[in-house]
Amino acid sequence: MDILNALVAILNFVVIPAASYGAQLALGALGVTLIYGILRFSNFAHGDTMAFGTALVILVTWGLQAIGIDLGPVPTALLALPIGIALCSVFVLGTDRTVYRFYRRKRSDPIILVMASVGVMFIMNGLTRLVIGVDEIRFDDGARFLVSVQQFRAWTGLSEGLSLRVSQAITLAVTALACWALFRFLSRSRAGKAMRAYSDNEDLALLSGIDPERVVRLTWIIATALAVTAGTLYGLDKSFKAFNYFQILLPIFAAAIVGGLGNPLGAVAGGFIVAFSEVAVTYPWKKIANYLGFQPEGLLQLLSTEYKFAVSFVILIVVLLFRPTGLFRGKSV
Amino acid sequence: MSHTRQAEAHGAWRAPVLFLVLALLFLAEGTFRNALFSGSWNTALGILNMGLISAIMALGVNMQWGYAGLFNAGVVGFLALGGLAPVLVSTPPVQGAWAAGGPRVILALAVGLGTLVLAAQVWKRVPGRPRVLALIAVLVLGFVLYRFLFDPAVAAIEANNSASAGNIGGLGWPVLLSWPVGALMAAAAAWGVGKVALGLRSDYLAIATLGIGEIIVAVMRNEEWLSRGVKNMSGIPRPVPYEVDLQADPGFVARAAEWGLSPGLASGIWVKLLYAGLFTAVLLALILLAELALKSPWGRMMRAIRDNETAAGAMGKNVTRRHLQIFVIGSAVIGLAGAMMVTLDGLLSPNSFNPLRYTFLIWVMVIVGGSGNNWGAVLGAILIWFLWIKAEVWGPELMRLITLPLPEGAFRSHMLGSAPHMRFIALGLVLLLVLRFAPRGLVPEK
Repeated sequence: MDILNALVAILNFVVIPAASYGAQLALGALGVTLIYGILRFSNFAHGDTMAFGTALVILVTWGLQAIGIDLGPVPTALLALPIGIALCSVFVLGTDRTVYRFYRRKRSDPIILVMASVGVMFIMNGLTRLVIGVDEIRFDDGARFLVSVQQFRAWTGLSEGLSLRVSQAITLAVTALACWALFRFLSRSRAGKAMRAYSDNEDLALLSGIDPERVVRLTWIIATALAVTAGTLYGLDKSFKAFNYFQILLPIFAAAIVGGLGNPLGAVAGGFIVAFSEVAVTYPWKKIANYLGFQPEGLLQLLSTEYKFAVSFVILIVVLLFRPTGLFRGKSV
Repeated sequence: MSHTRQAEAHGAWRAPVLFLVLALLFLAEGTFRNALFSGSWNTALGILNMGLISAIMALGVNMQWGYAGLFNAGVVGFLALGGLAPVLVSTPPVQGAWAAGGPRVILALAVGLGTLVLAAQVWKRVPGRPRVLALIAVLVLGFVLYRFLFDPAVAAIEANNSASAGNIGGLGWPVLLSWPVGALMAAAAAWGVGKVALGLRSDYLAIATLGIGEIIVAVMRNEEWLSRGVKNMSGIPRPVPYEVDLQADPGFVARAAEWGLSPGLASGIWVKLLYAGLFTAVLLALILLAELALKSPWGRMMRAIRDNETAAGAMGKNVTRRHLQIFVIGSAVIGLAGAMMVTLDGLLSPNSFNPLRYTFLIWVMVIVGGSGNNWGAVLGAILIWFLWIKAEVWGPELMRLITLPLPEGAFRSHMLGSAPHMRFIALGLVLLLVLRFAPRGLVPEK
């Protein structure tokens, strides 16, 4: 019985939260890694793209709620998501047109593009503050729990409870769907193959008649769609606060680098590696040790939760030291 | 390289004229009292002092970016680390804190550092398969020992008079001494990051520094034994006299009366002038050193590396070593600026270390001023700082003008209320415009 309780506790406090957080990171890292693969720079504005897109989704959600549309038990934000993605894509394509294209044509150093992305980050940050403010916003409506602690206890008779929030279940489902669609697109469709060809060798791709601007536009749209989805899921799961999306940039970069920059499969794996390490290291294991018959003195918490970013940083450093191209061999240049 | 900085004919008068304009702006701030300017010399000098400190930060960033093309996205971290120095060096010791756990904390930190060094040695020396096992054993044992030593000591220090202290306390040494200490602390952190992230792709340094910046600020926020964390550390000693002491000094009051100033006003201005003198001296010394270094063979080597790494490497220059060197020096300058800033404020408040304000704003200063040119960085820093502060006043005024035709209502009040956020948009626009249309900045590199 105690073993079962320990398993349920691990599931409830480590596996489920880490899986949904990992899914959000994976979606974010996919965007970063796609942009890196095609446009060849680390996009510092990615976190604020997530924030800006989520802010748009929240506004649309409010609009839908105001005219009385909702999805019943499922958050209305999911209905607003496609509209948010479309609006945000228009903005991001605008930044590509006005900012990045110039440097791409000039074949500037990647670091100049990084600098330009910092400028875009400032603008998107300011716009997010302008449209929605800096306060914490909760926009999840509908049912809160798929399985609540009381229900679970009643069903199983275990003393340890297990809860699965709707937002977590939706995160996992949406991420699985998005990854499936993306990988299918990249491996099967003509446009996806063109993207991979362009990422592997720009000059050869040009020679075989691939339109670079089209590839770039497609990349921005896909990356924005992933970013806005990740941002909305993160906002549904935790809450929306503009500054949090700047801070999530570090775990996202860490995830993309762990997997190998430019490698989509690696980005997904990296997202889950970072999330599971972060949660496992900051979770106090005392309760589970108790179930297993140990009586530890301390909380058995390796790091306090305030340092969760240190975990992604350490993972980043370890990967840079031992395998700079990432676990799945991304681009080395 | 797209951003070649080849010599190009431009007016020798450009920099002096721009500095003159800057001086006029400060003069206007000090004398005119209207919608645009405050007309208070206290305010003007306050902006100038922080502008001078920003100029030192910009010098540090300019060394890394302008001389070597390194993108440091963690300026805020090195700044905060430098700011820790005045607290640890110059605040008075806390009664009983050292006895409660001082030596044990030092021992714990030494064990932690020793573990890392030992792990590195194990990795280097032990051959074959046992290497990974030995590495993990060293790290796990080291971590357990570190926590065993560290946790009780920290609890004891934080329990010691936790309402007003609860930190380890300082050494009580003169505050000016803490400035070089701040530089050294930032340099040590920079060495660690640079050692790992330099020599790889250029964006890796940006991402690694972004991480270390966030972590340093997180440490300062949470480690209450160190500097009281978010409870803030106030009352940091000053290198200049206090206003109240000056007001109590009959000699000073008499001199103030000769100038026709009230003692309160005169003491405020006098203290700020003293600070301005101190900061200007440090700034000029740094510029002198930097210019001498740039004109030396070492400076030519740095520029050669920046403009073509491959060619410089082929000439036998160790590019990664030189990058590490300049990265450490630049970060030391940023740390120095952090120590100076905390000294000026008399307060260490970890919550105020915001990356947008202390990393990316400094970057805008350097890019606008002219990367690669020290005078440009200084000009950009003071100018952008002036505009950043004044935007707080000018932004809402502008917004009121823009929204004048709109009807009174929720939308108009929302727009008026969000005027402060326009600063970020304006800053982003300035960065993008300068990067695109004048990539060499206001005062280009010679």
